[in-house]
Amino acid sequence: MMTTNRAILPERGLGDRLSALFWRKPNLLLVLLLAPPVLWLGVVYLGSLVALLIQSFYSIDEFSGVIVPEFTLATYAELLRPSNFDIIVRTVTMAAAVTLGAAVIGFPLAYFAARYARGKWKAVFYLGIMLPLWSSYLVKVYAWKLILAKEGIIGWAVEGLGGSAVLNSVLALPVIGGTSLSTSYIGTWLVFLYVWLPYMILPMQASLERVPVSMLEASSDLGATRWQTFRTVVFPLAMPGIIAGSIFTFSLTLGDYIIPQIIGSSRRFIGQAVYQLQGTAGNVPLAAAFAVVPIVIMVVYLTIARRKGAFDAL
Amino acid sequence: MKTIRLMGTTALAVLTGITPVLAQVTAIGAPEGQVNIVAWAGYIERGETVKDFDWVTKFETASGCKVSVKTANTSDEMVALMNEGGFDLVTASGDASLRLIAGKRVQPINIDLIPSWSTVDDRLKSAPWHTVDGIHYGVPYMWGPNVLMYNTDVFGDKPPTSWNVVFEEMTLPDGKSNKGRVQAYDGPIHIADAAQYLMFHKPELGITSPYELNDDQYKAALDLLRGQRALVGRYWHDAFIQMDDFKNEGVVASGTWPFQVNLLQGDKFPVASVIPQEGATGWADTTMMHVDSENPNCSYMWMEHSLASNLQADLSVWFGANPAVPAACTDGRGMQTAEGCTKNGLDDFERIRFWTTPVSKCPAGDCVPYYRWVSDYIGVIGGR
Repeated sequence: MMTTNRAILPERGLGDRLSALFWRKPNLLLVLLLAPPVLWLGVVYLGSLVALLIQSFYSIDEFSGVIVPEFTLATYAELLRPSNFDIIVRTVTMAAAVTLGAAVIGFPLAYFAARYARGKWKAVFYLGIMLPLWSSYLVKVYAWKLILAKEGIIGWAVEGLGGSAVLNSVLALPVIGGTSLSTSYIGTWLVFLYVWLPYMILPMQASLERVPVSMLEASSDLGATRWQTFRTVVFPLAMPGIIAGSIFTFSLTLGDYIIPQIIGSSRRFIGQAVYQLQGTAGNVPLAAAFAVVPIVIMVVYLTIARRKGAFDAL
Repeated sequence: MKTIRLMGTTALAVLTGITPVLAQVTAIGAPEGQVNIVAWAGYIERGETVKDFDWVTKFETASGCKVSVKTANTSDEMVALMNEGGFDLVTASGDASLRLIAGKRVQPINIDLIPSWSTVDDRLKSAPWHTVDGIHYGVPYMWGPNVLMYNTDVFGDKPPTSWNVVFEEMTLPDGKSNKGRVQAYDGPIHIADAAQYLMFHKPELGITSPYELNDDQYKAALDLLRGQRALVGRYWHDAFIQMDDFKNEGVVASGTWPFQVNLLQGDKFPVASVIPQEGATGWADTTMMHVDSENPNCSYMWMEHSLASNLQADLSVWFGANPAVPAACTDGRGMQTAEGCTKNGLDDFERIRFWTTPVSKCPAGDCVPYYRWVSDYIGVIGGR
C-alpha cells in the first residue's frame, strides 16, 4: 500500500493561519479592507458635513451674540433677507454665466482636439489645456488682476487701437460694468472662465471622441447637411460630456471665494460670506446655512443632469 | 526649581464681569529653553527676510530660550490658535485681546517682573484693550493709525484735510470727480471710520465712541457707507492689492496703513498720507500670555526683551508702526528716528481711536454687536 498524499499541508506559520481564516470567512477580509476608507468617508468626510448641517439649525441670539443650540429654522429665514438673498442670486448667476461661457468657448476647442488633432498636435493640445492647471491658482488670479487693471495691458491695447470709447461704453453698462475691467463683474467672469475652462474641455473632448465616425458617415449618406449632422447627431451624443463639464465649472464657481475677493467690485459671493460670517462675527449658524445653499443647488443640478444621462457613460 | 509659585489671587475672584479667576506669576525662575509665540506676519523677524531686521537671535543667545513663531493672518486665527493651546504668547490686536480675556485664554501679567514696564508709553500702560478692572493682561507691543493716503500728483499742494474725500462725492483738485477713484477697507470695522466721521460732522447724533453705537447712530453710519459704495470701485482687503490699485487702477485716495504708504514711497510712487481733522481709527497690539503657558519664565523674558531691545525701534521701521516704548524713537537702540516716528503717527495718539470689538454691552446701554456689523456691511457692499 502506498501512503495517501495529504491534501492539506500543515500550517507553516501566522501567514497560513491568516489566509486560512480569510478563506473560511471572506467577509472578514472585506471588512478589514474597507474599514479605513469607509471610516474616512463616513466620519471625516460626511461627519463634518453633518456637523455643518446641525450648526445651520442653530441660531444666534440677537442681543448677546451667543449661539443658541436649539433647533430653529430662523437662520434659514435669514438667508431670504434681501442682502443675503442677493449673495445667493449673484453667485448662482455668475456660476451659470461661467458655465455657459465655458461651454461655448470649450466646445469648438474640444471638437477640434477630438476630431482633427492627430499625433503631435494632440499632445500640444493637451499640454495647452493642462498647462494653466500646473501653475498656482493665486499667481494666475493676480496676473489677471494686472491684465484687467485700468492701466493694464488690455486698457493699453484698446487705447492704442482707438477703441477706448467701446471699452468705456461696455464698462458703463449697468450692473456688469464698473470703473475698470478688474472691478467689474465682466472681469470676475473672465477670470472664472479662464481658471475653470480646462474642467469643461476635458470631459467634453472625452465624450466627443466616443462619437463613432460611422454615424457621421451614415448621417451624410442619408443626405443630412453638416449643420443637421451636428445638431441631431454630434451635439446630443456630446451632451453628457457637456453636462459633466458643467458640473465642474458650476460647482467650482459656486464655492470659490478668492477670485471675487481679488477681481470684482467687492460684492460678496457665497464663499466669501461663509468665510466672513464664521470669523470674528461668530455667526456660525448663518455661515453654515450659507454653506448648505451650494449643496442644495448641486443636488438639484445633479438630479437634472442624471435625467439627461450625464452619468450613463460612467 | 520651584521658584515659580502660582498664586490663586482671591482678589480677582471677587471681580465680576469678564474677569476670570486666574493665577499670576510672582517670580521669574530658570528659563525653560523655549517660547512659542503666535504673531502677525512680519512681527517677529530673525533676519531671514531682510538681514538687518533681526530682534530674535540676540534674545535666544542671551536667555537660552528658543523662539518659535506661528504666524496668523487674522485676529480670528489668533483667537482660534490660542483656544487650541500649546502657545505661550500672542501679539493680539484690540479686536482680539478682549475676546481672549473674556474667553479666559490669557493670564494677568505681573508688571513688577518686567523692569522695562516703566518705559512703556504712559498712554498705553492701562489701555482698555488689555487692562480690565485695573488688571493688566499684557504688555503693549506696537501701534499705528489708519491714515488717509492720497496721490500727490492729483492733490498737488492741496492735501486733503477731511475724510470727506472718501465719503462724499466731490471734485478733486485735478478737476475730476472722486467717483471710482477712492477706496475703503473691506472689513466691517470700517463702519467705525464712518461713525468717527459722523462724530465730527453730525454732533447731534451724540456718538461718543465709534465702536459703541446705538441703533440710530449705527443706521446713520450705514447710510453714509451706502453713499460711499457709489464712489468705491473695489474695497481693499490685502495691502499689496491696494498698492497695486494705486499704481494701476487709478485709485487716488483711501484709508490705509502707514505700511503701504512707506512701501509706495519707497517705490518713488507719488503718495503721501495725513490724519485728517476728524482723527483716525488705529490698531494697537499687545503681547499676551496664555493661561496655561508651559514656559512662563521664557515668556516673561521675551516680554521684557520686547520692550527693552532693538525690537521696538526696528519693528517700527519694518512695519511702519509706532513703538510702545517712545524712547525707542530717539535713543538709537535701533534704526528708528524721531522723524520716522513722527511720520508713522507717534504724535497723533490722541486723535486715534483704537480698534476694539463692538459688543452689545456698552457703557451707554445697548450697542449694536459686531456680528451685526458683519452682516450689514456685507449688505452695504452688496448695494443694499
